[in-house]
Amino acid sequence: MIVSKQERVIQIISHIVLGLMCVCAVIPFWLLLAASFSDSSYAVAEGYKFFPEALSLDAYSYILNQWAQIGRAYGVTIVVTIVGTLSSLLITSMMAYGLSQKNLPGKKLITVLLLITMLFNGGIVPQYMIYSNYLHLKNTLLGLIVPNLLTNAFTIILVRNYFQTSIPYELLEAMQMDGAGPFRIFWKLILPLSKPILATVGIMSAVTYWNDWNNGLYYITDSKLFSVQQLLNEMNNNILFMANNAGQLAGVDVTTLPTATMRLAIAAVAIVPIMIAYPFFQKYFSKGIVMGAVKG
Amino acid sequence: MQNVKQTKALRHPPRKKMRGRWKWYLPFYLMMLPGLLYILINNYLPMAGIVVAFKKVNYRLGLFASPWNGIDNFKFLFKSGSLGTMLRNTILYNVVFIVIGTVLAVAVAIMLNEIRQKFASRLYQTLILMPYLMSMVIVSYLVFAFLSGETGYINNSILKPLGLQPISFYQEQAYWPFILVFVHTWKNIGFTSIVYFAAVVGISKELYESASVEGATKLQQIRHITLPSLKPTVITMFILSISKMFFSDFGLFYQVPKNSGILYPVTQTIDTYVYNALMNQNNPGMSAAAGFIQSIAGCILVILANALIRRISREDAMF
Repeated sequence: MIVSKQERVIQIISHIVLGLMCVCAVIPFWLLLAASFSDSSYAVAEGYKFFPEALSLDAYSYILNQWAQIGRAYGVTIVVTIVGTLSSLLITSMMAYGLSQKNLPGKKLITVLLLITMLFNGGIVPQYMIYSNYLHLKNTLLGLIVPNLLTNAFTIILVRNYFQTSIPYELLEAMQMDGAGPFRIFWKLILPLSKPILATVGIMSAVTYWNDWNNGLYYITDSKLFSVQQLLNEMNNNILFMANNAGQLAGVDVTTLPTATMRLAIAAVAIVPIMIAYPFFQKYFSKGIVMGAVKG
Repeated sequence: MQNVKQTKALRHPPRKKMRGRWKWYLPFYLMMLPGLLYILINNYLPMAGIVVAFKKVNYRLGLFASPWNGIDNFKFLFKSGSLGTMLRNTILYNVVFIVIGTVLAVAVAIMLNEIRQKFASRLYQTLILMPYLMSMVIVSYLVFAFLSGETGYINNSILKPLGLQPISFYQEQAYWPFILVFVHTWKNIGFTSIVYFAAVVGISKELYESASVEGATKLQQIRHITLPSLKPTVITMFILSISKMFFSDFGLFYQVPKNSGILYPVTQTIDTYVYNALMNQNNPGMSAAAGFIQSIAGCILVILANALIRRISREDAMF
């Protein structure tokens, strides 16, 4: 096929524009990394540079020194992500399995009840009061896992649709002939055959848990249970508090507060795992976005 | 929700006796129990709890036992004077986000489709989507590295060499509408363009082939084939965003300006107000009243938006 001159021009422009956008997307991360490696006094004098002249590992040795707290936050994030994602997958797929049964009594009602949750919500205040006053999730790991993130109507219906359309009827029938009950069929047939959708839903859920700081903001005040994201958030707040109340700090020892460079290093450490894992699951992640947006 | 054509899910249960039927389905109900309980607690109890907007909240008595106080919470909210600001901010930012987001994302999707090199296309998609993976806390640190008054890149490496005065970004309202629009676009453009890209890829190749046989140039093809084919997706996405008109990205408006009080006139939205009133002013009543208005208005918009989709294209309607 002959490529016309116009097509050529369009392709070149596309490469240039998309290339620039990619640079824009990546460059802040580069600045963050470079800043975290730059010498503190150099940063104060010269500001953050993409190629700092005075490098130092001070920020990272601070992280190692403070590992008791930062490592703990990391542990909290990892536990919450793993437990949260697995429970989310289990609850969602079991619910979807029930709803995929053609003649299940009450199926219509349950579906409608699910759809209503997509239209209307009570807002944060009543939810906060229920979780903190009645269920006492404040300052527990469950407070990070349960509110809002476990499952939602949209994901349940997505997985149900997959069960309904992609599980071959012959296999179901064959297993029933062998006398397998619903539990066995679910565990041995449905779940193994649904890996693509479970991978997509699971990755979306894992990213959500890893990144979540909202639940921490509302339900966690005990610094032992801070996740990495909340630790970063708290540091922001402390610095802000200092800026606003300079001079009247009585109980706070200012020297123990991390410098800006150190905080950037902690942020870098929070980003790295996600950056490393991302290329491997980018395909599933994009799939999840497309499914999520088109029928949101 | 789309009704997917259903394969016969399981051997039919015994029809005759009700008891046999229940027994048959019991395991399914058991498996659905955790999900049902969760939806009840997480979604339905707070819906009932929305009555708190009409109560004088007393944490000791709890949600349902607190005494009623009519519409006092709403009166306070109106009197506080922040209602107008936060409504204006929430809606205006959403309008700008929708317009810029749609135009830019459609452009990116079309350009991605013009890239012939597989590797380059994959690379662009991967990189553009990266900011979407980051939490708003992280984004606020990235923004801080650029904007910080003392050490920020813009003050030190752009303004200083030009001989300009440094700017205390976190204290100056004028810049924030632009910063917030930029940050929002930066973070979400990958997400929206991937959605549109999926739609572009789905357009039948034959259309383009026959068009080029008839001598249509690439630009004409984009104008007369690609853009019209994208219309349904644009409409769906547009209406979905309209239904979220009264909601804002709490993280964007809370984390990125670092909840700086001086900036409230241009950064406060309903969501950040609800949070601040709940946590800092310890005023759950007023906070619930704002949340109540948001929920009701949001619900009405969803229903209106859906009615609109039904008129335009029935099969894209949500219910």
